[in-house]
Amino acid sequence: MVELNAAVALLGRFPALTGVDLRIEPGETVLLQGPNGAGKTTLLRLCAGLLAPESGSVTVLGHDLTTGPERRAVRRRVGLLGHSTGLYEDLTVAENVRFWARVAGLDAEPSVERVVGALQRLGLDDGLLDLPVHRLSAGQRRRTSLAALVVRRPELWLLDEPHAGLDQAGRNVVDTLIGDAVAAGGTVVVSSHELERVRSLSPRVVTLAGGTVHRDTNA
Amino acid sequence: MNRFLADARLVAAKDLRIEARSRVVLNQVAPFALLVLVLFGFALDADQRTLRAFAPGLFWVAVLLCALLAVQRSVSVEQADGALTGLRLSGMSPAALFVGKAAAVFVQLVVLEVLLTAGIIVLYGSEIEQPLLLVATGVLAAVAVACTGTLYGALASGLGVRETLLPILLLPVLAPVLIGATRAFDDALGNAAVDGWAWLGLLAVFAVVATAGGALAHGALVEE
Repeated sequence: MVELNAAVALLGRFPALTGVDLRIEPGETVLLQGPNGAGKTTLLRLCAGLLAPESGSVTVLGHDLTTGPERRAVRRRVGLLGHSTGLYEDLTVAENVRFWARVAGLDAEPSVERVVGALQRLGLDDGLLDLPVHRLSAGQRRRTSLAALVVRRPELWLLDEPHAGLDQAGRNVVDTLIGDAVAAGGTVVVSSHELERVRSLSPRVVTLAGGTVHRDTNA
Repeated sequence: MNRFLADARLVAAKDLRIEARSRVVLNQVAPFALLVLVLFGFALDADQRTLRAFAPGLFWVAVLLCALLAVQRSVSVEQADGALTGLRLSGMSPAALFVGKAAAVFVQLVVLEVLLTAGIIVLYGSEIEQPLLLVATGVLAAVAVACTGTLYGALASGLGVRETLLPILLLPVLAPVLIGATRAFDDALGNAAVDGWAWLGLLAVFAVVATAGGALAHGALVEE
């Protein structure tokens, strides 16, 4: 599913990952932790095909990510929740969710029911569907961004601080969402500083430090 | 090919819907364009013969200034909350993204050109002698400006100083479009004895090169 061997990745000219070895099996949930600058976000972006490895090998969902076409190919099968929401301020919640679903390769226009279902799973009220994103709170935006991922049903979920900016109810919803993704056969990698919260999601914790795997509870 | 066209159409429709909602072109860029025409009138004295003679050049300078605003807006929409990362993550062809973005800018430019044409007729007293040449020039110049602007918008945004750098990068490159479109308009408006269709040929070549070059180069600019 995901396999990195001595993977090195640069951010500009600086090495953000200095030689990561990691293997994640299908259906597995892995928690990433580590201090700021440890390389968690870079690792997720590398697995999403947004970064090219400087050296070493990265294979995700059978795609060798050392080549450009393979990186582009894997992106449609991966769902990445990053620090920014990727939403368009002047479009409504429903329009944003539909757009991201279509652009990610869903052949048909996602039905209203599917969009509503995704938003409801994220605890968002139906009344928000036709509201422009610029009128949402930060937490509602975060949930809308997650709803866009839910509609796409990716095979590999890469969640970077998914609980950030959410209230307690929202955090619980995210935990449920991760559980559902795993139950549906998805593979989930979660980066978080909230160790106590996320530890209940999976027994496997990978600790990054200085751009490399410092500790892996599975090893 | 179907996927390519579907993606391009999706991006263009999204950008146009955002413009329809925010009304930046209608409420800000269009009044700016008309204001430029009025200010040119003040600067050149309100003599309609002089204004009529300079109308083609003033028209296309106004179009280029408005194009800068439209392109900056097109870029900022993707930069605002990391949407460009989402588009890259979608696996969409960078060429399809380019075509979609350029198509949306093209539509906005055509709307502005229609408005400015009405402006030079009303304010400067211009008369259209060759409507077909006028329309063909407007369309081809809009394609050239939209494609070049979209490409340079992506380039400038990657450098992180787009607001100030874009005009410096873009305007010199668009000089052939300004010259060719002005000469073709001179003929279409009966201002000068030039062969407007020959200048239209230059615009066509520029438009083809800008479209093909943009589609090929855009991927390298949006990829990290």
